[in-house]
Amino acid sequence: MTPLNRKKERLDGLAASTAAPAAGQAGGVDVMDPVDPVGEAGAVRDAEGVSLLASAWRRLRRNPMFIIGAVLVALFILVAVFAPLLAPHAPDDRPLIGQISASTNPIPKAQDGFPLGGDEKGRDLLSRLIYGSRQTLIVGVLATLGGLAGGVTLGTLAGAFGGWVDSVVMRVVDVLLSLPSILLAITIASLASQPSQWTVIVAIAIVQVPVFARLLRGSMLAQRSSDHVLAARSLGVKRSAIVFRHMLPNSLGPVFVQSTLALSVSIIEAAALSFLGLGNPDDSKAEWGQMLGAAQNLFDLYPHIAFWPAACIVVVSLGFTLMGESMREALDPKSRR
Amino acid sequence: MTATTTRTSRDARTSREPLLQVRDLSVTFRRSGEEPFHAVSGVSFDVQPGQTVGLVGESGCGKSVTSLAIMGLLPKRGNTVTGEAVFEGTDLLKLSPKQMRDRRGRDVAMIFQDPLSSLNPVVPIGRQVTEVMERHQGLSRKEAEPKARELLDKVGIPDPSRRLKEYPHQLSGGMRQRALIAMALACAPRLLIADEPTTALDVTIQAQILTLLKDLVQDSDTALIMITHDLGVVAGLCDEVNVLYGGRIVERADRHDLFARPRHPYTHGLLASIPRLDSARGERLNPVPGSVADNLPWDHACAFAPRCSNAVEACRTTQPELERIEGGVETPRLLRCHNPISEEA
Repeated sequence: MTPLNRKKERLDGLAASTAAPAAGQAGGVDVMDPVDPVGEAGAVRDAEGVSLLASAWRRLRRNPMFIIGAVLVALFILVAVFAPLLAPHAPDDRPLIGQISASTNPIPKAQDGFPLGGDEKGRDLLSRLIYGSRQTLIVGVLATLGGLAGGVTLGTLAGAFGGWVDSVVMRVVDVLLSLPSILLAITIASLASQPSQWTVIVAIAIVQVPVFARLLRGSMLAQRSSDHVLAARSLGVKRSAIVFRHMLPNSLGPVFVQSTLALSVSIIEAAALSFLGLGNPDDSKAEWGQMLGAAQNLFDLYPHIAFWPAACIVVVSLGFTLMGESMREALDPKSRR
Repeated sequence: MTATTTRTSRDARTSREPLLQVRDLSVTFRRSGEEPFHAVSGVSFDVQPGQTVGLVGESGCGKSVTSLAIMGLLPKRGNTVTGEAVFEGTDLLKLSPKQMRDRRGRDVAMIFQDPLSSLNPVVPIGRQVTEVMERHQGLSRKEAEPKARELLDKVGIPDPSRRLKEYPHQLSGGMRQRALIAMALACAPRLLIADEPTTALDVTIQAQILTLLKDLVQDSDTALIMITHDLGVVAGLCDEVNVLYGGRIVERADRHDLFARPRHPYTHGLLASIPRLDSARGERLNPVPGSVADNLPWDHACAFAPRCSNAVEACRTTQPELERIEGGVETPRLLRCHNPISEEA
């Protein structure tokens, strides 16, 4: 009885919400009059009158996966932005240096004011974790943006021109994709004579390019044979306008979703490169991958100094993955309704 | 009353040069490892300024391919287009892609079947209309906007100022088709090709769109090529009707003659297959039997013969020619048939 009532209420609500704009637009004119164009306007907000984005957002809001991901990402960004306020100490401060003795106590224990203890140089582990989020955010975002820019350029070239341009670009992309991404990133990063934060960013950006390029090229090709592109061509619209106004904006959706997923990959790969010592050699600015690398020697006796940065990396990239996956699902027309 | 006025005005028109002369248009699709497929062969017709010419036939008879060939919109590879489509003295089929791009939208425009998928989903309606004006008339976006508003008003979109800023998904089906018509009319083309413009719409909206097209064409003296499978559309709109079957014209007539006295068995079948309100209850519908898949090759037979109730021996051995026949007050009647329906029927 109760569920039935609830269903009825929902239907009534729906009816009211569709009737309201109809009445508003009809402006007192008989809505049923078939030849009156104003009556036609009454039917405007039909089922498909809800925009793709709006309906995707509606489904996202109810998806627990998306909420968890979004909360994790939001927390991560807040921590990164407000790191100086949240962290009790500067990342290169060494308040615990006095407690370290190489043979008996290489790692300061957790104590008052230092809930996670210190690291091998007497710095506060918690503060370094908090500051580390900044490096991770910068590297992740810049590397993804770089990959996005390169991928969109190549994908647009291939999708817009087709023919031999498409073949050449896609063969290059195939070659890049055939190499394991981390191996490629390591190769590119080790080419730099002086490893720094930037070599990591560039290396990861290059690794991301082929993924974006292939994705964009695919949806550009689909757009090229679409009805609205044919209609635009039938009106003599210039080729550049067709590419940039009609094909590209309609192809970017999946690319943007992919970039959320790419953020998580970037973060993991940046950590991996730093872990291998291909990142910034200067450890005064904390970085999670670097901290993980530094923890290797003492991991057997003090697993917690490896656990915390690793956990941060996993949680943040999980957040981006959950968000990206649920967005992709929500925007996928096949899974709609 | 209206009939007499349109007739006199058309008499005046026929003395003019035709706006578009399609001569012997053929389109052949080639695929490696497959027999070439003749989608359209030897199609010829004239369109006078202000005239509405119908191309009628079932799916796959080549009517859309004909229009795409005239517009130069067929894919570059995999097909051969021969013949002529002379528009105001220039053969459109011989123009370079760039020259053709300059003409499309300015001199010749097209309206498509599905208004939702034919509009760019991420660009507001107004922008899509102004884009065409900017392209062909060298207007700035600011100059084009009031014109776009006027145009939306002209095609019957209420509250055009607001609609200009809306996206296609916010409009109803009829509104979208009106917007598409506005885009096609943006630069006042002299020839408009409408490819089944009402198929995706429901019946009341269909009537509105057809009335709109009719009025626009009459007001501006635009010629219209109407591509449709719907004989109701033909009856309401077209001056001259070409019935296509298997890529060839099988019958041409004035619409009054065509409806009153169809001579080709296929035309007759199309007319007979329309359900009638006044037929007895329980009476069966009369479809044209078979499908296009049964077609014989035109080279040495009539393609329609296997589905034709009037077929005689000759239909399966020799190709009928398109010949002038008796009748037809204004439009000369043409017929491609060995054994046509008798005139009294």
